[in-house]
Formats: sequence, C-alpha cells, structure tokens
Amino acid sequence: MTALTTQSRPSLDNSSLSKEDYAGIEIEKKYKMIAENVTISYGDFVAVKNITMKFPEKSVTALIGPSGCGKTTFLRCLNRMHDMTKNAQVEGKVMLDDIDLYDKSVDPIYHRRKVGMVFQKPNPFPTMSIYDNVVAGLKLNGVKDKKILDEIVEDSLKMAYLWDEVHNDLKKSAIELSGGQQQRLCIARALAIQPEVLLMDEPASALDPIATQKIEETITELKKEYTIIIVTHNMQQAVRVSDFTGFMYLGDLIEFRETKKLFTDPKNELTAKYVQGHFG
Amino acid sequence: MRKELLKSSKVGRRPISDKIFRIGATAAGVYVLVMIVFLTFQLISESYPIWEENGLSFITKTEWNAVEGREDFGVLPYIFGTLVTSALAMAIGVPLSIGIAMFISDAPAKIGGPLGFLVELLAAVPSVIYGLWGLFVFRVYFVDWVEKPLHDAFGDSIWIFSGNPFGLDILTASVILAIMIIPTVSAVSREVMKAVPQQQKEAAYMLGATKWEMFKLAVFPYSKTGLIGASILGLGRAVGETMAVTMLIGNATGINAITSSFFKPSQTMSSIIANEFVEASPASLHLPALIGVALVLLIIAICINVVAHILVTRMLKVKEGAINN
Amino acid sequence: MTTTQQRRLEYRALFKQNVGKRLAVDKAVRIIIFSCVIIAIIPLGSILVEVFKNGITAISYEFLTEVPGSIGSGEGGIGPAIQGTLIIIGLSSMIGVPIGVMSGIFLSEYGDNQLARTIRFFNDVFMEFPSIVLGIFAFLMIVLILGHFSVWAGAFALSLIMFPIVARTTEESLKMVPVTYREAGTALGLKKWVITFRIVISGAKSGMITGILLSVSRIGGETAPLIMTILGSSQFFSSMDVPMDALPLRIWRLSLLPYDSAQLQGWGAALVLIIIILGINLGVRYYFANKKGSIFGRLIKQGVSGKK
Repeated sequence: MTALTTQSRPSLDNSSLSKEDYAGIEIEKKYKMIAENVTISYGDFVAVKNITMKFPEKSVTALIGPSGCGKTTFLRCLNRMHDMTKNAQVEGKVMLDDIDLYDKSVDPIYHRRKVGMVFQKPNPFPTMSIYDNVVAGLKLNGVKDKKILDEIVEDSLKMAYLWDEVHNDLKKSAIELSGGQQQRLCIARALAIQPEVLLMDEPASALDPIATQKIEETITELKKEYTIIIVTHNMQQAVRVSDFTGFMYLGDLIEFRETKKLFTDPKNELTAKYVQGHFG
Repeated sequence: MRKELLKSSKVGRRPISDKIFRIGATAAGVYVLVMIVFLTFQLISESYPIWEENGLSFITKTEWNAVEGREDFGVLPYIFGTLVTSALAMAIGVPLSIGIAMFISDAPAKIGGPLGFLVELLAAVPSVIYGLWGLFVFRVYFVDWVEKPLHDAFGDSIWIFSGNPFGLDILTASVILAIMIIPTVSAVSREVMKAVPQQQKEAAYMLGATKWEMFKLAVFPYSKTGLIGASILGLGRAVGETMAVTMLIGNATGINAITSSFFKPSQTMSSIIANEFVEASPASLHLPALIGVALVLLIIAICINVVAHILVTRMLKVKEGAINN
Repeated sequence: MTTTQQRRLEYRALFKQNVGKRLAVDKAVRIIIFSCVIIAIIPLGSILVEVFKNGITAISYEFLTEVPGSIGSGEGGIGPAIQGTLIIIGLSSMIGVPIGVMSGIFLSEYGDNQLARTIRFFNDVFMEFPSIVLGIFAFLMIVLILGHFSVWAGAFALSLIMFPIVARTTEESLKMVPVTYREAGTALGLKKWVITFRIVISGAKSGMITGILLSVSRIGGETAPLIMTILGSSQFFSSMDVPMDALPLRIWRLSLLPYDSAQLQGWGAALVLIIIILGINLGVRYYFANKKGSIFGRLIKQGVSGKK
C-alpha cells in the first residue's frame, strides 16, 4: 500500500472506486456538510436521485454538469430552500456539523443563518441602501448596536471586495450599482450574518469577465474561513476556484474527486466526455 | 382582360364594407368620449342655477333648506359625510383586505382558489341587499355588541362615541362600506403582491427570515406603491357607493349631517341624491342643487380613481408579462 | 484590518437567541391573517343565510306573480318587479352590448393609435363614474325632455354601465386570439369585417360571453340609476312612457316601510334577486371556468362586478 502524500488537502473518491484508493489516505479536514441519500422530486419527476456527498470544511466544492442535471436543485436543498417550492419533496439527510437539517424536530429558521446563499442573478433588496442590505440579516437576529453593525458592514464588504468601491456612499440605493457590484453586495449580505457555509448558484453567470474575475478572487479568499459549495456550468471556473468537484448527470452523482484529478484523469467515461466538451 | 383583373384586385383598395366597418367601430369607440362630454355638459348646465346663486360657496355652505321662498343649499355636509364614511371604510377594510391578500397569495391553490372565489362573490351581491341585511340583521347585533358597549364605556370621554346609538349612523354605514370594498382592494393587492419576484422572497428566506419577516423585507417595500393604489381604489369605490349607505346612514340634512360622533346619523352626496331627487321640483332651486351635488361627487370620485389607477399601473406595468391567473 | 476568527465568534454571540420569539410572532401573524379571512367570509355567509332563511317563507306562486297589495297589508307580490327587472336588463343589453362589442373591436383591431389609447383611458375612467350620476344623466337627457319617467331612460342609464365593461372584456378576449388567425384570413382574401366576425370572434366567444353575462348580472342589481328614471311602480309594464318597477327598487321601497309584512316581502324579493344574480355569476364561472381561465380572473379583478 502506498502512502499517498497529500499537500494540504485530503483526497476523496466516491464509493464506487476500489478500496485501495481509500487506503492510506489521511483525512486532515472534517466534513462540514454531509448529504446522505438525498432524493428530490417534483410530483412524479425525480430531479435528484439518491445522492450522497460530503463537503470538506474550509474548501471549495464545485458541482458541475449539463443543464437539467439537478445540480441547482441539489444545492438548494442544503439550506432547505425547497420548503418554499410547492410540489417539491425532499428525502434523505443533510447534516450540518452534527445536526440533520431535515429532522422533524429542526426548524430551518434556526439554521438557515449558518448557510448563506448567493443566487444566479443578483437580488439585492431594491428599496434599501447598500448599508441596509448588508445589515438586513443582522437586524433579523437582533443586532442593534450601530458600532457593531458598522464594523460588520465594513468587514463583509471588504471580504466581498466591494468596500473600496462603495465605502464613500453606503447610503446609495442598492440598485444603482452595476451587476457585478450588486452580486458582490449579495455576497456581503450573506457573509454579514456570519455563516459557516456559503452556497453559490452560478454566481458569476450573469456577470462580465472582469466582474467574474473579482468574484473568483473573493471565493478564493473566502475559502480560508468558509466552506463553499458552488454550482457552475463553467468548467474552467471550477478548475480555477475549486478544490473538489462533483459531476452530476440527470440527477445522479457520477463522480466526485479532487478537482485536478477529476479533470485530468476522470475515472468515469461520462465524466471524461463532459470535461472534454463532448456534450454540455 | 388585364384591365378587368387589375380592377378586381383588392390590393391597395379597401372594400366599402370594410370602410363602413371601420367607421362603425370607431364610432362605437368614440361613443364613450361623447357620453363623457355630454354628461359633464349636462351636469354643469343643469346645475348652473345653484352656481349662479351661490358661486363657489355652494361647496362650503352647510345650509339645506328646500322650503319655497327660503331655499338655501350647500353641499359641504355631504362632502363631510362621504369623506368620513369612506375614510372609515378604508381604515377598516384595507387592513382586512391586505391580510386576506397575504393569506391567499401564500396559501396552496386548493385553499386559496375557493377562498378567493368566496371573496369575489362578496362583490356580486347587490348594494341594496347589503343595505337590507345591514338594516335588519347586522344593525341589531352591531348596536348591541359594539355600539352600546362603546357608548357606555367611552361615551362621556371620547367624543366620537357620544350620542345614543340607534344603528343608523356613520359607523354602521362605514362598516358595511368596508365589507363592500374588500373584494376590490384584496384582489388588486393580491395582483400587486404576486408581482414581487420570487428571487426577492428567496433572498429574505436565505437570511433566515420567517414568513412574516419575509413579507416585511421583500414583499411590502417592493409593492408599497401598488398597495397604496389598491387602497385608494377602495376609497374610490366607497365614495361612489349609494344604496347601502343610503339605507344605513340615517338621513340627516344640512348642518345636522356634520357630526363629531360616529353614532349620529349623517348623509353622503350620493345618499342625499337618492333620498331627495324624485321629490325635488325642477322649478325650484332644489333640483339644480342636487345636480350640483352630483357634479361635486363626480369630480371627487374621478380624481380619487385616477390617482389610484396611476399608482397601481405604475407598479404593475413592469410586471405585466409576469402576471398570470 | 482583517477580522479574526475570535472576533467572528464574538459577532455570533451577539445574535440574540430570538428565533423562538420570531417564530412566535410569525405564528401570531398567521392567526391574525386567518381571522381577516374569517371576518370577510362571515358577512357573506350571513347575507346568504339570512336572505334565504327569511325570504323563503315569502315565496309562493302568488308572491311571484301578483301586484303588490296595499301598503302594509302583506298581500300581493312582486310580479311587476320581476317583470321589470327582466325587461330593463333586456333593453339595456340591447343598447349596451352592441356598442360595447363594437367598441371592443375597435380597441382590439384598430387599436394601435393615439385615438384608441385615449378611448381606452376614458373608457376606464367612465367605468368609475358613480352610477347615480349616470342615472341623473339619463334623467336629464330623457325624462326631463319627455316630461315623464321613461323605461328608455332606465335602459339608457344601465346601458352606460354596461358598455364600458363589455368593451373592455371584448377587447381582452379578442386580443387573446393569435394574430395568425387574422393573417390566415387575410391570406385567403377575406374582408376585414368578415375576418373579425367569422374568425376572430368565434375564437374569443367564451371570453366575450363571460364579459357580457357578468355585466348583465351587475346591472341586474343596480338601484340608484333607476330611481330617477323608471321610478318604480305597483303595476305591471304597460308602456315605455310610464314608471316601471324593478326588483332592487322594490326591495329598497319595502325596506323603508315600518311593517313586518313589508320587511318579509323585501326578503322575498331579495331572495329572487340574489338567485338571478348569483345564478348568472356562478353559471358563467362554472361553464366558462376551465376554458379561458386567465382572462376570467382578470375580468373580475378589474372590477367588473362592483355594484353601487
């Protein structure tokens, strides 16, 4: 058995691989979130079929796959967004640290704060200023001290790489910002409530290349503290920012490995075809 | 041969029947403009005697005397009655309507559909039947359970509760009016709230908001203009309402119609017309006075409705494509 | 200045453990909102129950066909009122529907110009004219000129309520017919009026009929415009130039009398009126509900049914 030396990250493979690949691998990080046997269906249509995925902490996991493969659907179950969708049924477990979010006794309000989300199209609250947008979640949680709010606003906007551009006029209306700035504002808004996990649903797909680059820089900085799960249809982006990648197809999880390995040496034929661009 | 073919070709020439059709349709369209012009003209000219007699003070006077030789008319008490009952109806009806709109917009279709239908059924009931029910059913309970207790408790201290309640008064009329405007205000509110994009609501939920907090964060700020428009639409409906109010407001005239108590009778612009129009002799100043009241009523009603329209369409215009029923 | 992990933990500690309270507030709001619904439904239920309960005892063959007896006697019936309502609805429709339909055709088929926009706007404004004002207009235009109350005046007044509604619903229904239908007709060389009547209207039929029937049910309950036009009467219809009775008028007049027997007759008349109106309303919904569901809901919301 060869002892595989890893640099700073553990290796993970999906369970369809042989035992030898697991042997000797040191797990340095624990898993922040674990989705176990998750099945999501809308009426008769099963969008996500019995997926098990483990997300290591303080790293970026990308979910890739062609349109309709269920990656966004899966992402949204991680903070119980499907509660709001009529007709959606979710089975399985989603563990955040030690708590199963889908347990009957758990009220999602308690835990949604810990799992922030950034959506595909920027959606700041249009009637509020930049400042008010960022503190919206804080006010819900009872934080009233102006000094603390100011501090958190500055911290969140800095982490989202937006502070320098807007700190002069935080009272400006949120919709006066450009698309890229709005999206970074949404990131700041999600960060302000001090989450532990950040879910990002194609966060840069509606943005121009420069804004996209800024977002990717933000993600790379953020992963030092947060666990980030990002859905993207842009394979190069996945390579650029993520440590682990899961490839989904028609509701199944086909392969889940270290990003480098998945793209350079995919174990599954379907994965190989996808990363080579044979279909999309 | 060529000549015949060219003549019979319809390209570029409209047949007579189509021209007639277009003229007819246009005439039908213009009909409404003609009616508005005629109506306004008639109201102004037939009420002219009262304006000639009083000038604009007709609007500020409070007298109402139809006795021949001592004729004196002023519309202010009825403006008071209309505005007070309508404002009160709004104060009661709008919160109820918005609550109903919130419930239905968020309820599953199985419950929301029938409920919405029932609320809309309220709009199908004729005004005179609201009046009948208000007179013989609602009033009895209202006096015993609401008006009398309020009077007993606060009659001496708060002036709006003074005066022995008999049931034919401002408050009763206003409450029935409130019920009558609920279908309109809640339907429009529902449209307005539906227009809030789903992503806004999701952003609020993402922050860990409860449903009520989501409404406060995402729905109300976004739809504020439209909700105000819906309320003013309800105000407009209340202002134009005639029969139910006539049957419940108690028929006070002149200065007596202006009261500081909810438990005293009053009169609205539409109810004074309903009560006195057929009795008024065209030879006297009475009829012109009533027509003058109608003119004032029309102006007030139209202004309110135009404002409401602007507010609602401004909010809905962007979302027109997104509204589906 | 970068915020440290330590500081973040301090931030998290600041978050009040207020979720329980927030959920309680949410629950309270749910209850309040639900009671709003109940408060609105109760009057509807009460009205229907009371009208039925009180009115049913008055109903009899005599009641439905005889003229009213002397005041307070409790004898007689509401025959003239029922007849009058049917007559006035029919006459008003004869005037209001053609105008409304043609106006709707204008707005839909010839509607892409400033004139049409102006007409559309004023059509909406006209719909908001208080109905008693329309009654006065009919009075001034017809009753005053003729010197006596007239059924034509009543029909005219109600037609003024009808036609803007019919115009609006016709326009919306016609607009829902795809442009391709019209193009096909033009390609076949048909004249525009033929295309409109034969092709487009048959596609828009259910929406148009819905709008017409709803406006009929609306004017059936109108009282105010009839007060100064047909006045009301105790006799069956005899000529267009004398007063005529109608159910809403009779209900109103009966409610003003201090006799229990009059009150009872009022309930009976109300029952008949409600059956007619709700019958049309529910019939339209049931029959047309599944066809063009979307236009239907919108018609209602635009205040097609809002009596004054």
